[in-house]
Amino acid sequence: MTAAVPVAGAQDGAVAAARARAAAALCVVAVAGREIGGIVLRDSSAGAQQWIAALRSVLPASVRVLRLPASATDDRIFGGLDLAATIATGSPVAERGVVAEAHGGVVVIPLIERMPVATQARLGAVLDTGVATVLRDGVRASFPAEFTLIAIDESEEEVWGVAAPLRDRLALVLDGDVRVDEAMLPPAATVAAARAMLSHVFASDDVMVGIGTMCVAFGIASDRAPRQALWTARALAALDSRRDVEEADVALAAQLVLAPRATRMPAPPPDEDEPEQEQPPEPSPPEPTSSDTPPDSPDDRPMEDRLVDAVTAAIPPELLAELLARANRPSQELGRAGAEKESWIRGRQVAARRGKPDGVRRLHVLETLRAAAPWQRARARAAATRELPVRSLIVERDDFRIRRYVERAGTAVIFVVDASGSAAAQRLGEAKGAVEALLAESYARRDRVSLIAFRGTTAEMLLPPTRALARARKLLASLPGGGGTPLATAIDMAVTAGVAARRSGTLPVVVFLTDGRANVARDGKGGRTESMRDALDAAATFRASNLACVVIDTSPRPEPMARKVAEAMGARYVPLPVVDARAIAGAVQLAKEVG
Amino acid sequence: MKLALLIATVDPSVGGVLVLGDRGTGKSTVVRALPALLPGMKAVEGCRYGCDPAANGARCDECRERALHVARGKLPVTEKRVPVIDLPLGATEDRVVGALDIEKALRNGEKAFEPGLLARAHRGFLYVDEVNLLEDHLVDLLLDVAQTGENVVERDGVSVRHPARFVLVGSGNPEEGDLRPQLLDRIGLSVEVRTSDDVGQRVEVIRRRDAYERDTSAFLAHWEAADGAVRTRILAARKRLPAVQVPDAVLHKAVQLCVELGTDGVRGELTLLRAARAAAALDGHKVVTDAHIKAVAPMALRHRLRRNVLDEGGSGTRVARAITAIYGAA
Repeated sequence: MTAAVPVAGAQDGAVAAARARAAAALCVVAVAGREIGGIVLRDSSAGAQQWIAALRSVLPASVRVLRLPASATDDRIFGGLDLAATIATGSPVAERGVVAEAHGGVVVIPLIERMPVATQARLGAVLDTGVATVLRDGVRASFPAEFTLIAIDESEEEVWGVAAPLRDRLALVLDGDVRVDEAMLPPAATVAAARAMLSHVFASDDVMVGIGTMCVAFGIASDRAPRQALWTARALAALDSRRDVEEADVALAAQLVLAPRATRMPAPPPDEDEPEQEQPPEPSPPEPTSSDTPPDSPDDRPMEDRLVDAVTAAIPPELLAELLARANRPSQELGRAGAEKESWIRGRQVAARRGKPDGVRRLHVLETLRAAAPWQRARARAAATRELPVRSLIVERDDFRIRRYVERAGTAVIFVVDASGSAAAQRLGEAKGAVEALLAESYARRDRVSLIAFRGTTAEMLLPPTRALARARKLLASLPGGGGTPLATAIDMAVTAGVAARRSGTLPVVVFLTDGRANVARDGKGGRTESMRDALDAAATFRASNLACVVIDTSPRPEPMARKVAEAMGARYVPLPVVDARAIAGAVQLAKEVG
Repeated sequence: MKLALLIATVDPSVGGVLVLGDRGTGKSTVVRALPALLPGMKAVEGCRYGCDPAANGARCDECRERALHVARGKLPVTEKRVPVIDLPLGATEDRVVGALDIEKALRNGEKAFEPGLLARAHRGFLYVDEVNLLEDHLVDLLLDVAQTGENVVERDGVSVRHPARFVLVGSGNPEEGDLRPQLLDRIGLSVEVRTSDDVGQRVEVIRRRDAYERDTSAFLAHWEAADGAVRTRILAARKRLPAVQVPDAVLHKAVQLCVELGTDGVRGELTLLRAARAAAALDGHKVVTDAHIKAVAPMALRHRLRRNVLDEGGSGTRVARAITAIYGAA
């Protein structure tokens, strides 16, 4: 395609393709970082660092690249009260945060998955407006804050660490290996020239129609995506020192920006035979459009159709199944982000209290000044009569105010539902009813819930901890039954989930719904004896982890196996035939108090 | 969403507006564009709370005090833009409700009140993006003030009350966390925003956005006339609003609709009627018809159904079904 934007030959394989993608994304960020918001790097820290170092090498030295730890407090990120200056002058002085310091530059956030969702949402708002507004601790100020955000997301594969509100504002995503081959990068001068001409690159109406068509075809709801794709295409054209966006630019931009956002595949045109065969197993390397179609059949279809094909080709086939599944159920990652991040250890701040600051308790400067304020005249007079030195501000020990926080130790209810054949045949429906009743209880208490289902050979986290209970209910209703009972695997997963919930500051309660008849062992093989041995082994681990738990026996009459497993887990055992929702809720409550 | 905001502009007493929907569908953009669209308002000159010169009852203490010293209580008036105030997620309580003015306190030992966001939003709009991520205690506080129309501050040894009538506009995406029932109950209108699946419309959005980014002033000039038309419509509707009649037959059917849906309390009915009157006023009508009720019923009622707490989706369809049951098929 161009000298500036690196392209790999198709034969170089997946690695070369990934490198080319990473390099193309890097060029776009360097040229149009502000316009496209930024990029998510889903890779280990080392890979991401290499990418960022390469980015620096093509950016002018004057561009600041600031690192922002995910644990940074709001006032450090967005601005707050400048303590030193406030004390020195006796009046509140605002201080810039990192986003304002990075104005015109780049902000890198490692481990974004640890950043609270609300903070991420605020970052997104700053990216939108280019202004950081401080409205806290007695200061009100606005600072210009136009920057490019690089979020490094090291969370596991299937979940997003970047919260949805922020993700929507970052045009690009690189997944897996993000390292770039620096030899593929254009010289810094080319990047600088492209930056300068970016806003003069012309995009024809065809380009806009093409992008709009793709958004509809791939079910992309956000109107930010097409805008980001347009700017990405402009950046690509500018890198090639062209003043017009060409189809190849749009195709590559769509692969970079739109393909990762697809929620559905376009309906195949009726005359097409086997569209699936055309799809390469890996994200295809950015290719010039001329090679997209065999040379003997010149493609005279409208540009938007060719573009849709190009993007379709960029989506690996295994994603297709995933997309189809996702279309029927809401995306999981949102809930996870919403839940885990909110459970900060710090909690929300409440009214300050009189007291002495020490290593643990921190002085609330503003409240202290407030407390001292009304007495200043009197104290000044008193100081004058006693011929003490004149000070502009007299703070006494009684004025000291201490910051106080309230930790929100919510409950996280982890439902582990047996959807195996034996359970399904019996009372999956009733079990679902019981869980629904519990969900309603949880709703009133604003608990978090998560949902693990097990059947066949594996257990699956259907819903990571979330407060969006309606989703839990929907998922549950559509939960299919059938297959073996991999009880051990399910217990293992419950331990992991429970410990994670505890670590994030919530109080976990595990609710197991099973008939306890394990018949699939940890290795996924059948065999009742091995399965039961594994299950009891897992149960012992569970007991050691000291998690509060209720086992609800879903078999038609109390099942000794279920009781045995429950005892091994140190769980409360409740047979379903005798329970109604209220009884289960009571049992959960009890388990919580005991646990 | 447009209709809901217009209704709130014409009759702020309908209560807040809640906008739910996909990300990147322009929720914030629409709200932030409001100031350009709204007619200006008259305010007492120099008043920190932007008091309405015409409303003698709902004045702040300062204006009341000043009014005693001028002839016939007439305070100087100035023209202001209707405030549309953005509440950022990280705001602390002192900046929202107002607090002791530290600087004055330290310099002069004077207990002065420094108004917060609520004072600035008086007679305008207070916008909270991602309202479901806002801390619970702030939400409670906002709802409380929005309902009483008055901000009462008792902190730092200052005791102040001032009028704070504003339309609370919240937006969010329910997937990031549920909205609390308390919030839903007190909000007047709720709308859901979805992106269009129509290629032509999507392309038009891209075109306009691009035109705006490339030449902002030309874009604004181009749309100025359209903005002006909306402004005229709002002004006319406001004037017409007090005279808009609700015939008994229409009222009867509206109440029937609420009964059919089993909405709690009378808040639903009141909001439905107010919204319908405003909608009629916007259409230039003097009488509310069934069509107006039908148009506003979904936004006025869909969040009020005494529903299965976990049933998130269906409420819109339930309203639609009830409308068909009462008014017959469209």
